[in-house]
Amino acid sequence: MKSLAELEAIRNKTLGSINLRNDREEGTRIVVGMATCGIAAGARPVLSALVDEVAKRDLKDIIVSQTGCIGMCRLEPIIEVYVPGKEKVTYVRMSPEKAVRVISEHIVNNRPVKEFTVSEADK
Amino acid sequence: MNIVRSHVLVCGGTGCTSSGSEKLISEFEVQLKKAGIENEVSVVRTGCFGLCALGPIVIVYPEGAFYSMIKPEDVETIVQEHLLKGRIVTKLLYEEAVSEKNDILPLSETQFYKKQQRIVLRNCGVIDPEKIDEYIAFDGYKALGKVLTEMTPEQVIDVVKRSGIRGRGGAGFPTALKWEFAAKQPEGVKYVCCNADEGDPGAFMDRSVLEGDPHAVIEAMAIAAYAIGSEQGYIYIRAEYPIAVKRLQLAIDQAKEYGLLGNNIFDTDFSFDLEIRLGAGAFVCGEETALMTSIEGFRGEPRPRPPFPAVKGLWQRPTILNNVETYANIPQIILNGAEWFANIGTEKSKGTKVFAVGGKINNTGLVEVPMGTTLREIVEEIGGGIPNGKKFKAAQTGGPSGGCIPLSLIDTPIDYDSLLSIGAMMGSGGLIVMDEDSCMVDIAKYFLDFTVDESCGKCAPCRIGTKRMHEILEKITSGKGTMQDIENLKALANSIKSSSLCGLGQTAPNPVLSTLRYFEDEYIAHVVDKKCPAGVCKDLLQYTIDKEKCKGCNICAKNCPVTAIIGELKKPYEIIQDKCIKCGVCESKCPFDAISRK
Repeated sequence: MKSLAELEAIRNKTLGSINLRNDREEGTRIVVGMATCGIAAGARPVLSALVDEVAKRDLKDIIVSQTGCIGMCRLEPIIEVYVPGKEKVTYVRMSPEKAVRVISEHIVNNRPVKEFTVSEADK
Repeated sequence: MNIVRSHVLVCGGTGCTSSGSEKLISEFEVQLKKAGIENEVSVVRTGCFGLCALGPIVIVYPEGAFYSMIKPEDVETIVQEHLLKGRIVTKLLYEEAVSEKNDILPLSETQFYKKQQRIVLRNCGVIDPEKIDEYIAFDGYKALGKVLTEMTPEQVIDVVKRSGIRGRGGAGFPTALKWEFAAKQPEGVKYVCCNADEGDPGAFMDRSVLEGDPHAVIEAMAIAAYAIGSEQGYIYIRAEYPIAVKRLQLAIDQAKEYGLLGNNIFDTDFSFDLEIRLGAGAFVCGEETALMTSIEGFRGEPRPRPPFPAVKGLWQRPTILNNVETYANIPQIILNGAEWFANIGTEKSKGTKVFAVGGKINNTGLVEVPMGTTLREIVEEIGGGIPNGKKFKAAQTGGPSGGCIPLSLIDTPIDYDSLLSIGAMMGSGGLIVMDEDSCMVDIAKYFLDFTVDESCGKCAPCRIGTKRMHEILEKITSGKGTMQDIENLKALANSIKSSSLCGLGQTAPNPVLSTLRYFEDEYIAHVVDKKCPAGVCKDLLQYTIDKEKCKGCNICAKNCPVTAIIGELKKPYEIIQDKCIKCGVCESKCPFDAISRK
């Protein structure tokens, strides 16, 4: 190691992967329904796509986590996005491609993808 | 690099390792593979979380679920439910970390962690101590970089001085003064040493720091070396700490590989190398001059001071010697500033102190609190009180060199000066809690027994004096003591204190003096009434059978290992006192509570 810049580079590289070991109260949470219904409908690829996309864009303070059955099994895979201070947004019938769009539009640009939300599901 | 969405942190400190955490790690690996999610979840072996009483401990992030007392068979449940389906296994969680609504509370809101402030232990239980990258991620080696590129040695010493930090090894000598003395010595070979020879019975602060965050100590030693102009350091650690030794060596190797130890660190003129020296477990080697004699390869015996080590230490060269915990504070002081540190704690004792809390207390483990926290807060709030509804009697701080704090002084703020004023001492941080079943004379005898064993024998007051004191205590606890013995104890104690060569002898009488100060009535009960009020000293106990209650069932006689109980079936039995060895088996076996101990 010859410089502080090198140290900083190692720091940044590692911090991203271990920063979730913090008791955080604030921060955006993306929750994927991973009960039997969700898994059967393909929640796992959705989860992986979310995790990959968060890492690829190097987004900070985003937690991708799982939950049990959200209750609307026919609409699985379902994901819920909790942004602090805002209403929860529920997306239904997710796919890895749609998940990537949720990240880019909702999380990054702060524009929820209306067409994927639960209120649009049966229209 | 794999992208992982969840981290499973398993405690790999000595406490949890001995309660089986290694097996958990391999079981997690098997189960994760079975569930097909081994690439999404990483299993990390960390240092001590502090709550050793509830080990082995597993924390799952990002949820921050704190699972306690996990058995290998629970692992499958955690993997299948929590990691695969996202359903936290509430029944395996640490009770305190679950709210009434069954939500997970952040650890910082539980009784055990609420009043703690973690500076020294900030990385323990968070990072993998065997990976230097993780230390660097949490600002590791940044302080060293700052010191080498932006600060002069004088500025470093000035920051340490203004922070007000005092040595955490026990005596509380201002750290910056030591550094300043050594820095002022003429240029030439100087040494930086770390005292990791933690020998107090019941103390394990330094071990946990070295196991959980070894790089913090390495970084701090390099900073100290820069401040005093040294190029070589030694860490003196006891061989009885195999996990700490292993991780420390690994950390040194990694730091060398990254060029954070060695020649021209950060491309400056500063070079520093570090070696481990293993101690063979002699308590006296925790004394600074004995420690250095031992590093030199001689028998670990102290020598008179002055000259102080800062002038003539290791191999007659200027040397600074600091404790593990002292060092672990240094990088944080450099990064956050002297004022930040000086704002924590009390007027004369700055910062935090780590305590290894043990004995008769619910949450045995490692706690770090700001100086000035009261003993009551540590025992009743953080420690969760005394088990089995017993009453608090006293707490011993400073191990065999320290003293006891009785119930009447439980609200004493814990800092260097308050403790000294009540006849105890900060010590390195062992805190042993005693309940009403502890006999204070017996406790004093226990600690003296330890110092008699550990006295190196170089000076007479310690070698002979502690032995004589121990004999008097033997006499008192066996019921043969006289009031004159108590007077003799006091006289001996005071002359040993004033005439011993090193800290070991000078502090050895402390447990006797402080128990005499607060519990003289117990000594008198042993001497005059020939009774041990707590029911500990065997020679003063008698087991008797209540003739009214005894149904003559013969169970006690059958279980007595020395056939000291005689009688006829269906008639009251009797104990032959001369034969009785007071093992207590009869009392625990009697179905009618007819046997009592007095």
